[in-house]
Amino acid sequence: METITQSIQGVPLNHYILLSSIIFTIGTIGVLIRRNAIIILMSVELMLNAVNLLLAAFSVYRGDASGQVFVFFIMALAAAEVAIGLAILTMIYRNTNSTDINILNRLKW
Amino acid sequence: MIINLVWLVPLFPLIGFLINGLGRNVLPKAVIGSLGSISVLLSFIVSVGIFSELSASEIKAFYIPLFDWINTGSVKIPFAFQIDPLSSIMLLIVTGIGFLIHVYSIGYMSHDKGFGKFFAYLNLFIFFMLLLVLGSNYVVMFIGWEGVGLCSYLLIGFWFTNPSYASAAKKAFVMNRIGDLGFLIAIFVIFTTFGSVEFGDVFMGAARLESGDSTLLLITLLLFVGAIGKSAQVPLFTWLPDAMAGPTPVSALIHAATMVTAGIYMITRSNLLFSLSPLTMDIIAVIGIITVILAAAIAVSQTDIKKVLAYSTVSQLGYMFLGLGVGAYTGSFFHVITHAFFKALLFLCAGSVIHAMSNEQDMRKMGGIRKKLPVTFMTMLAGTLAISGLPPFSGFFSKDEILAHAYQENQLLWVLGVIGALLTSFYMFRMLFLTFFGEFRGTQEQASHLHESPKSMTIPLIVLAILSVFGGLLNVPAVLGGGHWLASFMAPVFEHQGLSTASVIHLDHSTEYLLMGISVMAALISAIYAYSRYAKAHHIPAPDEASRGLFAKLSYNKFYIDELYDAIVTKPLNLLSYFFFKVVDKAAIDGLVNGLGKATSEGSKVLRLLQSGNVGFYIFMMLAGIVALLVYGFYNI
Repeated sequence: METITQSIQGVPLNHYILLSSIIFTIGTIGVLIRRNAIIILMSVELMLNAVNLLLAAFSVYRGDASGQVFVFFIMALAAAEVAIGLAILTMIYRNTNSTDINILNRLKW
Repeated sequence: MIINLVWLVPLFPLIGFLINGLGRNVLPKAVIGSLGSISVLLSFIVSVGIFSELSASEIKAFYIPLFDWINTGSVKIPFAFQIDPLSSIMLLIVTGIGFLIHVYSIGYMSHDKGFGKFFAYLNLFIFFMLLLVLGSNYVVMFIGWEGVGLCSYLLIGFWFTNPSYASAAKKAFVMNRIGDLGFLIAIFVIFTTFGSVEFGDVFMGAARLESGDSTLLLITLLLFVGAIGKSAQVPLFTWLPDAMAGPTPVSALIHAATMVTAGIYMITRSNLLFSLSPLTMDIIAVIGIITVILAAAIAVSQTDIKKVLAYSTVSQLGYMFLGLGVGAYTGSFFHVITHAFFKALLFLCAGSVIHAMSNEQDMRKMGGIRKKLPVTFMTMLAGTLAISGLPPFSGFFSKDEILAHAYQENQLLWVLGVIGALLTSFYMFRMLFLTFFGEFRGTQEQASHLHESPKSMTIPLIVLAILSVFGGLLNVPAVLGGGHWLASFMAPVFEHQGLSTASVIHLDHSTEYLLMGISVMAALISAIYAYSRYAKAHHIPAPDEASRGLFAKLSYNKFYIDELYDAIVTKPLNLLSYFFFKVVDKAAIDGLVNGLGKATSEGSKVLRLLQSGNVGFYIFMMLAGIVALLVYGFYNI
C-alpha cells in the first residue's frame, strides 16, 4: 500500500490535472463533432474516466478514501449506461441501418 | 280572539295564488275567477272581524308573533304581525277594494287568454300588500314592499308581447328600485342605530332622541326616498303614467288604491321618526306640493282617459305627502282612504268605458255615451264629484283637512294646494264631459258595439260609488258638527310614551269656513268652466300634431320630463356603458387577456425552431448550458 501511494505521489498533482483535462476535452470534442453514435458513447466514457483519474489522484493526495469510493460508483454507473446505450443503439441500427445521429432528427415539433 | 287568527288574512290570497297559478291552464274560468275573488272575500271577512274586535277593545296595539325568522347573534328578526288602528284600516281597504276589483276583473278580463295568470298575479299582489301592511318590523314590511313591486311589474307587463308595455313594466321596476334602495339603506341605518328593526323598539329608542337629530334626519330622508319611488312623487313619478299599460283593474288596484299608498302608510307608521326631524317634514311638504301642481298641470291636457287618471293619482298622492309634511297624518291617511274609494271607482269606470269602446282610450274619439252606459256615467259622476272636493262627497272632507293643516303651517302651501284643487276639478270634469257628453266621435263600428258592462263590472262600480259619496263621513271635522271619528280611532298610533305626534288645528271656525269656501268655490268655478268649454261649446282637444301655445305644449308633452331624464340619465349612462364596453372591456381587458395568449403562441412559433431534431446541436447546447452554469457559479461563490 505504501508503495502504491508513494508511486502515485511520485507524479506531481498538476500532471494529473493536466492529463485528465486533456482526456476530458478530447471526450467533449468527440461528443460534439463525431456523428457515429458508438464513437459518441466512447467519448462519454472518456470523459467519465478523466474524472475518475482525477478523483483517484486527489484521493491519494488528500489521504481520503471517499474519492476512490466515488470512482467505483461512477464505474458502476458507466457500465449501466453503456449497457442501456448500446441496447438503444442496436435497436436504432436495426431500424435505420445506420448509427449516424444526424439521421435521428425526427425528435422535433 | 279573532285577532290571533290574523295569519289567515294573508293566507287566503296565498292559497288562491297557488291554486290559480298552478291550475291556470286547466281550471275553467268560472272556477279561477270565483276562487280568486272568494279568497280575498274571506280575508275581508276576517279583516272586518279584526277591525270590530279592535274597535271594541281597550288595547289598541296587538303584537302577533308567528315564528322566529332570522336569529343569528345580535340580529333577531321575528316574523310577526302588528294589529293597530292603522293596519286594521289598511287591511279593510286592501281586502275590500281588492275583492271588488277581483269581481270586476271577472267581467273585464273574460275574453283574455291569460285569465288564470291574471288572477294568480292579483292574488299574489294582495298577499304581499297584506304582508306590507301587517308586518311588525321594517324587514317584513320590506318583503311586502318588494313583493308588491314585483307584482306591479308582472301586471304592468301583463300583455308583454307588446314591446312598449314590456318596457313600461321595466321602467316601473327600475324606478321603484331606486326608491327601494333608499328604504333598504334606511333599514340598515335603523338597525345600527337602534339595534332592532321592530317598530316598537325603534320608536321607543327614537323617543329618547332630540328633535332634529342628524341620524334621524338621515333615516327619515332615506325612508322618504323609498316612499318617493313607491308613491310616484317628483322626481320619480314618471313610471306611474306609463304603468297604465297594464289592464285597467290593475291600474285601479295597484296604481291607484293600494300599492302607491304604501309610501304614505310607511311614513304614517314611522310618524315619530318623521315628527322628530322637522327638516325632512319640510322637504316632504315641498315635494308633495310640487307633485300636486306638476301632475295636475300635465293632466289638464292629456287625451288618453287612463293617462288623465294616472296623473290625477300622482297629484292626489302629492296631496297626501303635503299632508304628511305638515304633520296631518290622520288627514293624509284619511285621503288615502277616500282616494282609494274614488280613484278605484274612476279607474274601473274608465275600464268600463274602454271595454264598451272596444279598447279605445283616446277621449277625442269618445263622447256622448252617457245614454248607452248609464250606470258607468252615474258612478263616474260620483267619483268625479268626490275627487274634485265638492261637498258633501268624500274628497271634500279629506282634502280640506289637509289644506287646513297646510294653511296653519304655511299659507303659501295652502294657496298652491287650492290651485291644485282648481286644476283637479278642471281636468276631472273635462274628462267626464269629453267622454259622456256631446256627439259620439268614434267609428261606426264602435258605435254599434256600445253597451253597458255586465253585472260583475257594474256592481263593484255601484258599491265604490256609494263609498265615494259617503266615505267622507268617516272623519267629519268638528267645525261641521262631526266627531272626527277617524282621528280619535287612530290616535293611539300617534301616541309614543306620552309624546303625541298628531297635529291639531287651532284655527277658529270662521277661518275654517273661509278656507273651505274658497277651495269649494275654486273647484266649482273650474267645473263650470270645464262644462262651458267641453259640454256646451263642444271643444275637442287638438290632434297630436297640431301646434300649441307654450304652456299647452309643455303640459301636453308632460313638461318633457321623460326627455329630460333621457338626456341627463339615460344618454350619459348609455355613453358610459358604451365607453366601458368598447374601451375598458373590449380594448383593455380583452386586449390584455387575448394579448397574453397571442404572445405565448407567437413566441412559441419562434422558439420551436430551436428544436431542430439535430442531436449534435442538442448536445452542444447542453454543453453550453453547463459551461454557463459553471461560469455563473464561479462568479457567485
